[in-house]
Amino acid sequence: MTTTTPWRKIWRKAVQMGRLIVGVPDYDTYVEHMRRVHPERPVMSYEAFFAERLEARYRGGGGRCC
Amino acid sequence: MGNVVGKFGWAVFAIFGAFCLGTVALHRGETINATWLVAAAIATFVIGYRFYSRFIAERVLRLDATRATPAHLRNDGLDYVPTDKWVLYGHHFAAIAGAGPLVGPVLAAQMGYLPSTLWILFGVVFAGAVQDFMILGLSIRRDGKSLGDMVRMEMGSASGVVAMIGVLMIMMIILAVLALVVVKALTHSPWGTFTVAMTIPIALLMGIYLRWLRPGKVLEVSVIGFVLLLLSVWIGGKVAADPSWAPLFDYDGRALAWMLIAYGFCASVLPVWLLLAPRDYLSTFLKIGTILLLAAAIFLAAPMLQMPAITRFIDGSGPVFAGNLFPFLFITIACGAVSGWHSLISSGTTPKMLANEREARMIGYGGMLMEAFVAIMALIAASILQPGVYFAMNSPAAAIGGTVQEAAATISQWGFVVTPDVLTQTAREIGENTILHRAGGAPTLAVGMAQLLHGILGGEGMMAFWYHYAILFEALFILTTVDAGTRVGRFMIQELAGLAYPPLKKTESWGANVIATVACVAAWGYFLYQGVVDPFGGINTLWPLFGIANQMLAAIALTLCCVIVVKLKRERYLWVPAVPALWLIVCTLTAGWQKLFHDDPKISFLASARKFAAGLAEGKVLAPAKSLEEMQRIIANNYVDATLCGLFMLLVVATALFGVRTILAARRSAQPTAHEEPYVAMATMAR
Repeated sequence: MTTTTPWRKIWRKAVQMGRLIVGVPDYDTYVEHMRRVHPERPVMSYEAFFAERLEARYRGGGGRCC
Repeated sequence: MGNVVGKFGWAVFAIFGAFCLGTVALHRGETINATWLVAAAIATFVIGYRFYSRFIAERVLRLDATRATPAHLRNDGLDYVPTDKWVLYGHHFAAIAGAGPLVGPVLAAQMGYLPSTLWILFGVVFAGAVQDFMILGLSIRRDGKSLGDMVRMEMGSASGVVAMIGVLMIMMIILAVLALVVVKALTHSPWGTFTVAMTIPIALLMGIYLRWLRPGKVLEVSVIGFVLLLLSVWIGGKVAADPSWAPLFDYDGRALAWMLIAYGFCASVLPVWLLLAPRDYLSTFLKIGTILLLAAAIFLAAPMLQMPAITRFIDGSGPVFAGNLFPFLFITIACGAVSGWHSLISSGTTPKMLANEREARMIGYGGMLMEAFVAIMALIAASILQPGVYFAMNSPAAAIGGTVQEAAATISQWGFVVTPDVLTQTAREIGENTILHRAGGAPTLAVGMAQLLHGILGGEGMMAFWYHYAILFEALFILTTVDAGTRVGRFMIQELAGLAYPPLKKTESWGANVIATVACVAAWGYFLYQGVVDPFGGINTLWPLFGIANQMLAAIALTLCCVIVVKLKRERYLWVPAVPALWLIVCTLTAGWQKLFHDDPKISFLASARKFAAGLAEGKVLAPAKSLEEMQRIIANNYVDATLCGLFMLLVVATALFGVRTILAARRSAQPTAHEEPYVAMATMAR
């Protein structure tokens, strides 16, 4: 079964929400963005991405440009 | 045809809402079911959302679905990410929902449930949700800039500094008062103290697990943490019952305050992944879960409200906090009706992730409605308690005496008949030695929740488990706020101090970090300690200060909204932010004035200082002080609080004046003068 059922969609959103609530945005979206916009730059692994977001959450404001 | 049916449907719904509200408001002398309150709230929120938020979106903010948001313009996959609106709603709600909406309504219940209900419902529709929504809407047109940056940009750098100082001050007061809530809940409660203490090793374990064993597995580690938490609630009961273990976790307020201060320092200088982040995960999920649990419990149990609709304490003589309904009700319930704090979230992470301008309505306005619903639930949880029990828990010793006999006699005299047995019995049921003088909201809410859940699920001795679960839930997320707040406060102090002495600004310098952290911990620690040793109980001194500070920030945020509306040449709609802004300015200034210059020493800091100074001059010890030293401390604290209160008032007045000046300047210009980013069509953005 590879078709996405409504329940799968809801579950995926719930997981995304759960992660974003603690400050971790969607990793797949990040990878997709890097491939599309910055193909020349290295893409962080999920572990590195997670650690980077964790530091960013408590850095105390100040967004950065990409 | 569909349109007519729709209009008819909304009219019927509005009548239903009015009927529910009427039932809540007009039933006197007999108890009503909490379901009426819930129904009235939901109806008000739905109507406010459908009509008023739409009006603001279309006319005032003119949100445009074709306009690219910062998430698209600056997409970096990290901070700026276009995000599904439901996912973002969860994020935003989790960020704005704190302890505030749980504490304020519980304290305000002393005046009966009706005044609080009306203020929460109308406050949120016309003030709180408007603020959150408008700030979000303005921030997405300005690259997701923060409140401070927007104030600086639109009203000049002087008002920017004023806003920054205001934010820092409210932060210190909020940390102190929240830490005080925890101290009040844990004083001489081995069960509670053990459970809360266990969250530290659990968090360390989770931190190590997330860092080295299974990096980034948030769900997994949160489930493990949650199971361990429940286990520690259960073990806590055993510890409290054991005569050799219990004394190890039995502390008075002073000791607990010092522990919290030390803990706050450690947690904010340790690496975040070790302690702060895992506790944050645990407390955030626990918070959301418990709010859902509370909602389910209220729906299933449909309890009766025991508290009268209006009590005699609207005259300002109440034991929980002193002062008349106006302005003090509107200061006591800040979060839940309108909370200035939210303007920081609405101009923080949320605007950077909004995928479409139109969705700001659901996230900003809708998110705040949900918070108001939490406040209504907290009010219900406090109002289903027997009023005698409520007053025994929330009144300071100075008002009701130190024993159950004295307390029951005093409270019965007020007209809320209660026997000493009931007070002892309630304490026994929840597994505590006493329920007296546990002001601060958390314990009251916990007893209410425990009674609700126990009523549904039953089980021998389960009431005590639910009580300590509820205490743990509040303590955990309050302590997370304290850690994270200390860190943020440290950055703010470094930024402000950096204006005077640049090397302090270096956030990577160990020395500058420690200095700023010590300054931050000392600031809130001072007020916490002062609250703990305060013979009046602390909460009734600090909570109004917090309320004034929070509403002051809301007044600043709404003033900014007024300024921008005028700068955009949309003066016709100035009343949308101006009415709540004026209301908050009037409330904070009146409350501040009374806190300074009222004749009643119970209300006014200065009158109280004078009263005790006069006593001191005659060498008399006035109750509740027990020694001349305590008298001196009361006098000194009163002067500190009065100074702070005066500063808050100055900030409000300064911001209002800056606002008026900018508005007058903007009116002289024929062109719109707001600093919006230029329009970029969504269609031109790469998909």
